[in-house]
Amino acid sequence: MSVINAVTCPICGCLCDDIEVTVVNNEVVKVKNGCAVCEAKYMGYKSEHRIRQPLIRKDGKLVPVSMNEAVHKAAEILANANYPILYGWSSTNCEAQRVGVELAEEVGGVLDNTAVVCHGPSLMGTQEVGIPTSTLGQIRHRADVIIYWGCDPWSAHPRHLERYTIFTEGRFEDSEWKSYLNKVKAAAGKKKLLSAQRAGLSKKAPATVAESVVFNKPPETLQKEGRKLIVIDVRKSMTAEMADYFIQVEPNKDYELMQALRALVKDEELDVDQVAGVPVEYLKEVVETLVNCKFGVIFFGMGLTQSAGKFRNIEVAISLTRDLNMRTKFLIMPMRGHFNVAGANIVFAWQSGYAFGVDFSLGYPRYNPGETTSMDVLLRGESDAALVIASDPGATFPKRAVQSLVKNPLIVIDPHMNATAMLGDVVFPSAFVGIEVEGTAYRMDNVPLPLKKVVEPPEGILSDEELLKKILEEVKSIKAQKTKQKAEGA
Amino acid sequence: MMQQKLHVTLLTGRTIEQGVGKEYGKSSPEYYEACSMVYMDADDMQKLGVKNGTNVLVTTPNGSVVLKAVKYPRSAIPGLIYIPYGPWANSIVSNATTSIGMPSFKGTPAEVEAAPDQPVLSMKELLKKEFGR
Repeated sequence: MSVINAVTCPICGCLCDDIEVTVVNNEVVKVKNGCAVCEAKYMGYKSEHRIRQPLIRKDGKLVPVSMNEAVHKAAEILANANYPILYGWSSTNCEAQRVGVELAEEVGGVLDNTAVVCHGPSLMGTQEVGIPTSTLGQIRHRADVIIYWGCDPWSAHPRHLERYTIFTEGRFEDSEWKSYLNKVKAAAGKKKLLSAQRAGLSKKAPATVAESVVFNKPPETLQKEGRKLIVIDVRKSMTAEMADYFIQVEPNKDYELMQALRALVKDEELDVDQVAGVPVEYLKEVVETLVNCKFGVIFFGMGLTQSAGKFRNIEVAISLTRDLNMRTKFLIMPMRGHFNVAGANIVFAWQSGYAFGVDFSLGYPRYNPGETTSMDVLLRGESDAALVIASDPGATFPKRAVQSLVKNPLIVIDPHMNATAMLGDVVFPSAFVGIEVEGTAYRMDNVPLPLKKVVEPPEGILSDEELLKKILEEVKSIKAQKTKQKAEGA
Repeated sequence: MMQQKLHVTLLTGRTIEQGVGKEYGKSSPEYYEACSMVYMDADDMQKLGVKNGTNVLVTTPNGSVVLKAVKYPRSAIPGLIYIPYGPWANSIVSNATTSIGMPSFKGTPAEVEAAPDQPVLSMKELLKKEFGR
């Protein structure tokens, strides 16, 4: 038995690096410090859903084949394609992503990562107006106002609150954990009282307060000392339950709300009573809190990038942060979801100049969102092959895009039999990065962290990097052969 | 009053159960349970005559899918429905990328009707139906 400390968790953009993993006979048996999702990954990596050997679709069914046959088939597909898509890259390490860029350049394809359906709009917003941000350590120690806008870290980044924001003990700011617990206890007491009333004290049914979208007035605690949590969302999420103040915005109206806040930050008068369903007088109180804080931060998620406005929402959120910086100190950060999607953006940008949606078909990298993004290429039906690695567009892309993906030869590299692998033509099993393979990954604040190998991969199962290198070599040799044949023919 | 159909705004997004399910494996029962459902407002469910756990048919211009209706536990969300990310949600989401690569996963119109007699498809059945594989 061995206990391995300070393991980096390979699941979300938090990259918690304090996980303790117990290994017995080359198998993880216990995980400490992780969230529910972390535990599921470390316990589920060896499950029956794992792909055990390379598969090729023959007569409509996936059948096991040798590694060499699969590599040759995949390389042939890529080498013969005019406009292949190379998509995914988020659940793997930077080392594999680097090989991916070389492969994309070699085959003249579209190289894209999962940011396209995640924080692609945030990258575009940043390209428009820049971004005032920092590392999470700064926020942990200094932030006294924390805003989660259109994101639910309790569900998507379960330890974000506890490690970096409201429930963490910072050097200059205290954890709000105790006061939150008191609040929960008080609420539970109230509930008990109500049910006692209902049970016997009066025959009359208790007056139930109809819940409505019209949320409450900002509580007095919003002006309190210490850390404050504000959540802005279209529904009351788990994170919203913990917030000092929850603002329920009407769907697709975030842009208006942010512009209204910008106006109020600049001391301008609004000539409407409410914006996006929120009374302006409440907004004034919120702005009061924002401009009077010492160090504020806005975290934003898919609520902004996937609803109406998309990258314009991000642009205006960053502009709001900039305006707030005229009055106090404010930062903004996207809640990067997928494990190493930030790393994919960085590796692609450092190798090609662009963070996502890179088109190599002309022999040099081009980037034009809406044209060179994988989603649009698929919806227009322009691609003629695809390689999907370390992601699952079969379960994350709209139906029509997946139909377009399945119409052409589809190569899949993944440890698990996911939706895309079920639809694939050539399927490679790979080792779990961060469990069976080491490497580098980038946290949501773009800090690179080392990943640890805690167990050996099953026999014969290669890492993403090794697989890609094999395919790349084979592509090169097929292309060299073709050139030779052409020369001889001439 | 009972209604046949309800016009709503469709949201798709993460839930912790979906996150846990995807790590166990996309073909795991955890993933199926977590993703083949739709959160609805309690009053909206009443309007449709739908109970917690009844199947409903959600339709958009892009398709329709049968899901298990679950009451949204934390607040009223009148006129909203919330489906966790997954193949079920994606069989009906809008693919309008508004020319920036990002489909409209949140905030598009949809219709809900009760479908107590129609089954919720498993992932295998769903993939077979939509993609023929």
